[in-house]
This record gives sequence, C-alpha cells and structure tokens, in this order.
Amino acid sequence: MNATERLRAEAARRILIKDGPYGTAIQARALDEKAFRGGREFARDQRGNNDLLNLTQPEIVREICESYLAAGADIVATNTFSANRISQADYGAESLSRDINIAAARITRGAVDAAMAIDPRPRFVAGAVGPTNKTLSLSPDVNDPGFREIDFDTMKQVYAEQIGGLLDGGCDFILIETVFDTLNAKAAIMAVLEEGDRRGATIPLMLSMTITDRSGRNLSGHSIEAFWYAVRHARPVSVGLNCSFGADLLRPHVQALDPIADTLIMAYPNAGLPNDLGEYDETPAATSRQLDEWARDGLLNIVGGCCGTTPEHIEAIAAAMRAHPPRATPVLPSAMRLAGLEPMTLVA
Amino acid sequence: MVVAMPKADEAAIDGGVGAPPRVATFVNVGERTNVTGSARFKKLVMAGDYAAAVEVARQQVDAGAQIIDVNMDEGLLDAEHAMVTFLKLIAAEPDIARVPVMVDSSKWSVIEAGLKCVSGKPIVNSISMKEGEAQFLAQARACRRYGAAAVVMAFDEVGQADTAARKVEICERAYKLLVADGFPPEDIIFDPNIFAVATGIEEHNNYGVDFIEACAEIKRRCLHVRISGGVSNLSFSFRGNEPVRRAMHSVFLYHAIKAGMDMGIVNAGQLDVYDTIDPELRDACEDVILNRRPDATERMLELAEKYRHKDAAVEKEAEAWRSWPVEKRLEHALVKGLDAFVVEDAEEARQLATRPIEVIEGPLMAGMNVVGDLFGEGKMFLPQVVKSARVMKKAVAHLIPYIEAEKSAGAKAKGKVVMATVKGDVHDIGKNIVGVVLQCNNFEVIDLGVMVPFHDILNAANENNADMIGLSGLITPSLDEMVTVAAEMERRGMTMPLLIGGATTSRVHTALRIEPAYTGPTIHVLDASRAVGVASALVSDGDMKAELVDRTAGEYKAIRTARAGKGESKLASLNSARANGFKPDFAAHPPVKPRMAGLRRFEDYDLAELVPFIDWTPFFRAWELAGNYPAILEDPVVGESARALFDDAQAMLRQIVEEKWLTARAAIGFWPARRVGDDVVLYTGEDRRTELSRFPFLRQQVEKREGRANMCLADFVSPDGDWLGGFAVTAGLGIDEHLARFKAQNDDYQDILLKALADRLAEAFAEHMHLRVRREFWGYAPDEALSNDDLIREKYEGIRPAPGYPACPDHSAKPELFRLLDAGATGMTLTESFAMLPTSSVSGFYFAHPQAEYFGVARIGPDQVADYAQRRGVSIEQAEQWLRPNLH
Repeated sequence: MNATERLRAEAARRILIKDGPYGTAIQARALDEKAFRGGREFARDQRGNNDLLNLTQPEIVREICESYLAAGADIVATNTFSANRISQADYGAESLSRDINIAAARITRGAVDAAMAIDPRPRFVAGAVGPTNKTLSLSPDVNDPGFREIDFDTMKQVYAEQIGGLLDGGCDFILIETVFDTLNAKAAIMAVLEEGDRRGATIPLMLSMTITDRSGRNLSGHSIEAFWYAVRHARPVSVGLNCSFGADLLRPHVQALDPIADTLIMAYPNAGLPNDLGEYDETPAATSRQLDEWARDGLLNIVGGCCGTTPEHIEAIAAAMRAHPPRATPVLPSAMRLAGLEPMTLVA
Repeated sequence: MVVAMPKADEAAIDGGVGAPPRVATFVNVGERTNVTGSARFKKLVMAGDYAAAVEVARQQVDAGAQIIDVNMDEGLLDAEHAMVTFLKLIAAEPDIARVPVMVDSSKWSVIEAGLKCVSGKPIVNSISMKEGEAQFLAQARACRRYGAAAVVMAFDEVGQADTAARKVEICERAYKLLVADGFPPEDIIFDPNIFAVATGIEEHNNYGVDFIEACAEIKRRCLHVRISGGVSNLSFSFRGNEPVRRAMHSVFLYHAIKAGMDMGIVNAGQLDVYDTIDPELRDACEDVILNRRPDATERMLELAEKYRHKDAAVEKEAEAWRSWPVEKRLEHALVKGLDAFVVEDAEEARQLATRPIEVIEGPLMAGMNVVGDLFGEGKMFLPQVVKSARVMKKAVAHLIPYIEAEKSAGAKAKGKVVMATVKGDVHDIGKNIVGVVLQCNNFEVIDLGVMVPFHDILNAANENNADMIGLSGLITPSLDEMVTVAAEMERRGMTMPLLIGGATTSRVHTALRIEPAYTGPTIHVLDASRAVGVASALVSDGDMKAELVDRTAGEYKAIRTARAGKGESKLASLNSARANGFKPDFAAHPPVKPRMAGLRRFEDYDLAELVPFIDWTPFFRAWELAGNYPAILEDPVVGESARALFDDAQAMLRQIVEEKWLTARAAIGFWPARRVGDDVVLYTGEDRRTELSRFPFLRQQVEKREGRANMCLADFVSPDGDWLGGFAVTAGLGIDEHLARFKAQNDDYQDILLKALADRLAEAFAEHMHLRVRREFWGYAPDEALSNDDLIREKYEGIRPAPGYPACPDHSAKPELFRLLDAGATGMTLTESFAMLPTSSVSGFYFAHPQAEYFGVARIGPDQVADYAQRRGVSIEQAEQWLRPNLH
C-alpha cells in the first residue's frame, strides 16, 4: 500500500490526529539570535526565522515533533511553513530554502520512523507548504487594482523548489495549508502535478484553507464551498480549514464543507482567539470539548491544532476523539461545479 | 408597505453575496464583455479605458449573467495582455468576481494566460479537434490542471460541423477521447455551433433544426455533459432590427432548451418571454428556425420591416371600472386581483401624489387593508389573496425606483421577518404563501429562498435586525435541521422569536424538540392564516406579545409533561416484535415473476395521459381550502373560491400539456429478491446467489393487541424467493424556466399554482405508473379495472411505499434506490437531506403481495435503532439522526 491507501485505511477506522504548531513551541523556548544562527554566518538577523532551525537547531525541531507524537499525533507536519524562496528572502536566506526543506523532512521522517519502530501504528509525515507572503489575486497598491507583485509561473517555481526538497527528504504528503489566496493554492497544485510528472508518480496532496475575516471568506474572497470547487481537480487526500479562528467560529464553515467534500476532512483550528496581549489562552479542555462536539456531529476525519495549541491540547483532542467514529465521506451526484467567489452548481 | 423584491438575476443563480447557493438550470452567459459581441466593449478596451470596461462587466452581472464570457480576440489588440489586464481588474470587484468566468479565445496562448489569473473554477472557451487529437487532449489536460471546465466546439480536422449528424459524430468522438483520458464528463460543455438562418442561402435554412436535433442526440449519447452556444449568431441577417432579433433568440432558446441546451452566450438583459411575443412574429420566427416552410425567409423579411421601429405594445380594452378615480381603480384591482392596468394606475397616482411613497401608504395600503379584512373575515381565500399580492407587488415594483430616487426612508413596515426553507430542503410552496400573506399585512419579508444553511439564516436575521425568523420545511430531515437552527440561535445568545411551519412540522414536534433547544419564543404556526395573527402579536407593544409567548410556552410545557408521563404507548422488544411479524399467505398467493426484467426508463412521458389520474383534493389543501374534490366546488363557504382556483388550474394545466412546459420522466425496475430478517435482499440473477443490494426496513414496535401483527415491509416479501420493484418518477423537469418567468413578473399566484400542479402531476404519474406496473410490467393483476376514485382509495393489490413516508420513514434509502434505478439518467437528483430534485418527484418501492398494506412504523426503541445501524453499516448516531422522527 502507498501512503494514501494506508492513510485512507486508517482513517476509515477512526478519527486521525494531526499535530499542533511549531511556532508556539519555538517561542516558548525563547531562543536568541545566536541560537538561531547556530554558528553559521548571515548578513541579516535570523531571530524569528523558525524554518532555519531545521538546519541550525535540528534537535529542537525533533524534540517538538516527538512531543506531538507522544501526545498521540498520527500525522506530523514538517517545520517548513515559511521555507520558501519568497519568505526566506526577508531573512536573506533564500539560497538555503531547498536545504531547509530537505533537512526538515528528514528530521520529521526520523522522528516518525523511530516512533513506529516502538509502536507500529501507522504515522505519516506531511510536508507543510505555507502560502508565502505574496498574493496572486490582490494588488498591494490600492490605486492600481490590476497590479500584482508576482505572477503565476514564478509562484509555481517557488513552490516547486520547496515541494521537491520536502519529497527528497522523505515526506508522505504535501500539505498546502493556510490558503489565504486560492490562486496561490492553484499554483502550488500545478507545481505538485508537474513534480509528479517528473517523478512518474502521483504525489498525494492535502489542502487546507484559512478564513481571514468574519465574513467567512479567505483573502481572495472565496467561501469554503467556492474554494473547494476551485481546487477539487487536485483530488486531494484531504481538504479542510486551519488557523482562522477558534473552533467555535470555524465550525459553520466545516459544516458547509461536510456535505460537498467527497474526500477526507481535516481541520485544525486555533486555540480560540488571541487575547488583548496577542496570546492564546484557551485551555486544552476547552478546545477539546468543542472539537468533541464536532466529532459527535460527524464532521471530522482528521483533526489537530493551529496557533496557540500545544502537545497538551493535542493529547486532550486525541483523548476526546476516541469515543467517536469518523465522518462518512459523501458521494456527490454528477454535476458541473464552477466557482467565482461563490460556488455555482449545474446539476446534470 | 415594503416588499423585499427579488432581483431578476437572483432567480436562478447559485449564490450572490450572502445569498444561499442555488442550483442553476438554464445559464445565461453574458456576452457584453466580448470584443466580438459588443462594439462598445471593444471600443473601450481598444482605447485602454479599462475602468469603463469593468463597468460593462458589472452591468452584465446585474442584468442576470450567471457567468461572464471574456473575449479579447481582435486583430489590433494584444489579446494576451488585454485578457490578463481585464481579468486582474475584475478579480478586485466582488460584485463581478462572484460569478465564474468563461475565458474565451481562439488562441490557446491567450486562454492559458487567462487561466493563470483566475482564482475560482472557470470555463475555457474553447478547445476542439481542429488541429488533431493530440493537441486537443494536451489542451484538455491543461484545462484540468488549471481547474477549469471546457467548452468543446463541434469542430474536427475536416471542419466545423453543420449538419446534425456531423455535430453528433464529432461530439461523441470528442467525448469518448476525453472520458478515456480521465476528463470528468460533467466538466464537458459541447458547443455544436449555432449558425445564421434566414440568410437567403438555401443550405442555411436547416441550421436551426440541425442544432436543436443535435442537442437532444448529444445529451442521449454523452452522459453528464452540458450544451452551450452563441445565440446571437442565429439572427445575424437581422442586424439593426432588435425587436426581431430578440424574438428570434427567445423562440430559438425555447426550443433548444427543451432539446437539452443548458447555457447560452446571450445578452441577458434582452430576451423576450416566449408567451408575450406577438403571435404573428412568433410564428414567423418558428417557421424560420424550425424550417417549416420554403418561403419562411421571405415572409420573415417582409414581417421584419413592420417591427423595425415598432414597440410590441398591445392595446387594451377599457372596461367600466376603468373610468373610476384612480384610488378606486387601484382598490378594485387589488381586491379583484387584476394586474393588467396596475402599473399605469400606479403611475397616474404617483403623478398626482406629492411623494411616491404616498401612493403606497395611501390607496395601495387602503386596498390591501380591504383584502386583509376580507381574508380575516373568511370572505376571501388564499388563491385570491395571492392574486391581490401579485397586483400589489407589481405596483410597488413600479414605485420603488421613484421612492429610492427621492431617498425617502420608505414606509415603516410593521415588522421584519426573515424566512427560509432550511438546508437540504427544496420545498417552498407553503413558505411563499406565508410570505405573501405577511407582506399583504404590511410586514417586510426577507425571503432567503430554499436550502439555506443556518448561519446564513441567522446572519441575515441579525444583519437586518429582524423581528423574527420563520423556518419552513416539508421533508422529515428538515425537522432535525430546524432543531439545529434553534440550537445555533441559543448558542449565539439570540432572543428573537422563531416561527416553525411546513407540512411535516407539528405543535408536538415543536414542543418536544425545537422549543427546548432555544430559550427565545418558539412558536409553531399551523397555516398561513394564523401567521399574521402570530406575527402581529409578536411585534405589538402591549401585553399581546407576552400573553402569546407565555401561553404558547405553557402549552408546550404541558405537551412535554403529558409525553413524559403516560403519553407514550409501550414498546415491545425488537425480538418479540419480530416474533409477532405479519405472515402473508404465500401458499395461497405465491410470488409472481415480473413480466419485465431489469430496468426501464420512460423519457418525455405524455402529460395528457397523466391528467385523469390527478387527485385534486390535496391540491385544494395546498391552498388551505378544506374539503374533498369534487364536493368542494359546491361548498357554500369556499365553493366560489375553489371554483375560481380550479378554473385557473385547468387553464394552466392545458398550457402545461399543450405547450409542454414540463417534462415527465420515469425509471422503474424489478429485481429478484428474498426476505432475510427485516431486510429485503436483491440479487443479480434469478438464481439468487449474488447479492446486488439490500434494503433494511423498520418494524413497528408499539405493543399490539391480540391478533394484530407488528408490521415490517420485509414481511411482504417471501423468504423463499420473490421480487421487489422500485420506481422514481418526476413531472418537474423544465419548471424552473417558467417559475423564473413568473418571478420576473412578480407573479406569486402563477408561481405557486404551477408548483402545486407539478406536484399533482408527479403524484398522478406515480399512480399511473403503478397501474401499468400491476397490469403490464410486473403483470400480477393483468385484468385489473378500477375507476379513478377506487385508485385514489387504494383499492388495488400491492403497494408502492416511498422512503420518508410512514411505512419506511428513513429518507436515506433513496440514494441506493436511485442508484439501482439509474434514476440520475432521468435528470432527478437528491440533496444532502435526500430531498428529490426536481421537487415534483416521487420515488418508492413496489410490493406485489395482495395482503401488502400501508402502515406507519411509528415509534421504535433503541434496540431496533442499534440493530438498524448495524444492518445499514452506519454509526448509531447516524441512524438516530435519520430516524429521529421515530424515536419519540
């Protein structure tokens, strides 16, 4: 069985657990500039370049990864949210982006293999691909709405480099997450499909949109339904939502996705909304209680945490999920499904 | 009075910002953002005035375009640059970008550049086999990778298809290539080429017929595809004569849509309603398009001159009441439901008034008050009230632009009601009636339509600062959804009253399930005539509201207490219920093998055959007229109203049949079966070895007195070998086109009438098909001869229970039934709550045994739920959700 088949077989039996974030865990360690550099030379400050730690502090990254595995995660992501040429350019570290991805995938792969050597329950490595900090759909200049900072082909190449590194380092899946611009995601999907051609294999994909405001849309203006129709051609192993808000505000959007997603649903919300100090203070019990309701209502196949969640959150979520069967995947009637910012269905 | 007016473009579109997703039928693709279709757009783009070009796109969407076609193929233009520039600009306009884009070019490089700027799921227009199969497939694969559907032109290495045979041949070849290559068939749109007719060249005369015939045949051969075309080509010979072009396009679409055309590139703002085209012109158009006579072109050219500068206005006869003062005329029109002159009368009144709002607050409201009083006194009945509302809506629609221009605050409505049919349900006859009645009584009604998710309902209620929410639903899963809405209101800490209505809802269900989920006032409203009283009390200042809310809460509490106590009858255990199952006499009546094996599909069933099978009593009930047909026509109280309604219904029914407004289709099938426990197992062959499927049924568990069985449908099937039949019939295909027309005319009366008739026709079709099954297809009662009355009284042998009805209350059996029947091929589909689309559809099982009878499963116990969950292979929670109405 390949990774997709193994994941599907496992997901048919229970709700699978995804890990939590690296950012919160790294912040908690309060590393200084010296620690970030790890003895390497850089022209600019590297403090805050979490992705660089895959090269300079691999044991810290591995520790975080292991803490999530110990908490019960079945799917652990690589520490590569910003490990792309565009985001790394802010640190003058763009020439390292491929190396960062290979290193990150190897660390996570190593941690997962070690965990499976002790307990053979299947565990998976998802290569995390963030949205970059540029957008294909919007102009940064309010006076020139037709302007774009970057074009589709350049964006696709940036993604191709990151994806190639992640696969070379041993990832099972490519996870295109926190999609704030649907067109960025379409460029990433194209990069994955083309990388598959080069490797002569289908590269399994996971897709996760984020909602950027209370209107229930991402930055490019798509509702979750429109997003799903725009990316459904990628035939992902899972589709879902992450980040955005806490579980309470995210729930209607997962409910909207449920009847139309003819694949697994993965969701990993934040630990509530940040407080006045920008900190997340929702307790593991509070988060897992809400997700317990989701699971009881049959909304979940894969669940984890995003900003503000910790291994304790993941452990509490994993415990809550044991009582519930996984969501049943619907079979959709044949219909042409199009999307502008809104979905549009033409039933056959 | 303030009326929430649906905009024309919302009639059939999926979405609209904040609006619930809707399912589209015929799709208007806007052509004005196409340089080859609009001289104005071309000029703007050539001049680099993209700001104005973007406004053209906005007007298209406002005018009803559900997709916009963008084409920059102009020799003097850098098409790639223009395409990319324009697409990026409209991406920044949510009013435009809400609809999908059709990226249109004859150059692949332009299409690909466009695809790199479109963030949703667009359509590519077009690809073809013009340059051979290899290039065609390469481009199709690229479309898929960019996440686009594709228009495929009927064009091959030889050239563009002109005859029907060539169109079909090319499309079928392309279809097979694409599907074999993994292209999703539902993402294929064929364009079988619309060419100009009436050009004076004889070879062109049959082009209209060729297209229409090709549509039907392509649909038959290529499952799941769509058909589109550029309509304006058709009337190329009549450039400059807009009235004639519009008529030609409307007539052509009327026929092509019936043949299977799904979308067209048209100027959405400029189509005539088929019925309103001058019959002389319509006939001439039809002669030309359908190639009905050799001199069609000459006659058309001659006639066209007449229309060149003439508006199609028809002179009207003046009647006695037409000479009355305008206020009296408006009142008369409202009370009598006459809409022919209301716009001109409203205009006359407006010119006399100081402010346009005074027309609404003065004569119109006075007229509606008369209507409201008569209705309240039981002197007017729903059908008339709905007709009055139609008149009111038309008058208000005329006045609103003036009121808005004046920036008046508008009349103060009595209160605001947000209404919706809940998610998963598509039935809205009752909801529309309630909406109309509330509007007549000076409430502002914000109607969110059907299939509305709870968050949209609650958001709309909060954003509009509504005074109450009204929920409607017909199928049983909607009851659950209503509980969800109530629970979500509670979660959000809302306090506004929640009104519950619809055929499956009840006071008891509301009291037991919905009211406990929500601390705000929750009230079940039995029918439209009670809606006004309840709504008025809820917005009143005095004690009326508190009195109603407290009294209702008290009643509901009493219902719960009664239920909690002795109310529920005792349940037998599942095992003892099974032991007391019904045992038909299979020795005296052995199973009969159906004469017909397998499946049979009926396309385009003759509606005239169904009319005699109509059961009229439920039709009157839908209009809240109580009584049995035909006695109701002579009823001293409602007789007059019933007769008027019946006359209107007969007239429309004639039109439905003669003009083929609706298409009736059916699928039936029979399978070798046997009973295994409470399941009926279907087999692939008569040897009954390989299981094809199984239908788990539910058994009555309420304790029976001596000699009465605990029934289960499976009991009627022999364990030693038998057969089960299934059916799905619809009479609602094609209805949307007409409903859209009525909506556009603000005509709720005809809208509701048509829906009610389509429902009756579907039921009649089910009855008629059952008769044929008994006599011919299964043939277990070949000599049956019963009158229609006896049919309605179910005096025949065998039953046809439907999933979701008392004998097999679980709607979720429908997907499997549909799959076995291949019912999708008839155009019928299911929503996520298993409601059938079109709405006017019936599906169910055939049981042949003469002792088979209808019964209600009623309440069941947790042991059966667990057993059923296991048999269905689902979680207990899932089974509980499906069976909730039977758990209490």
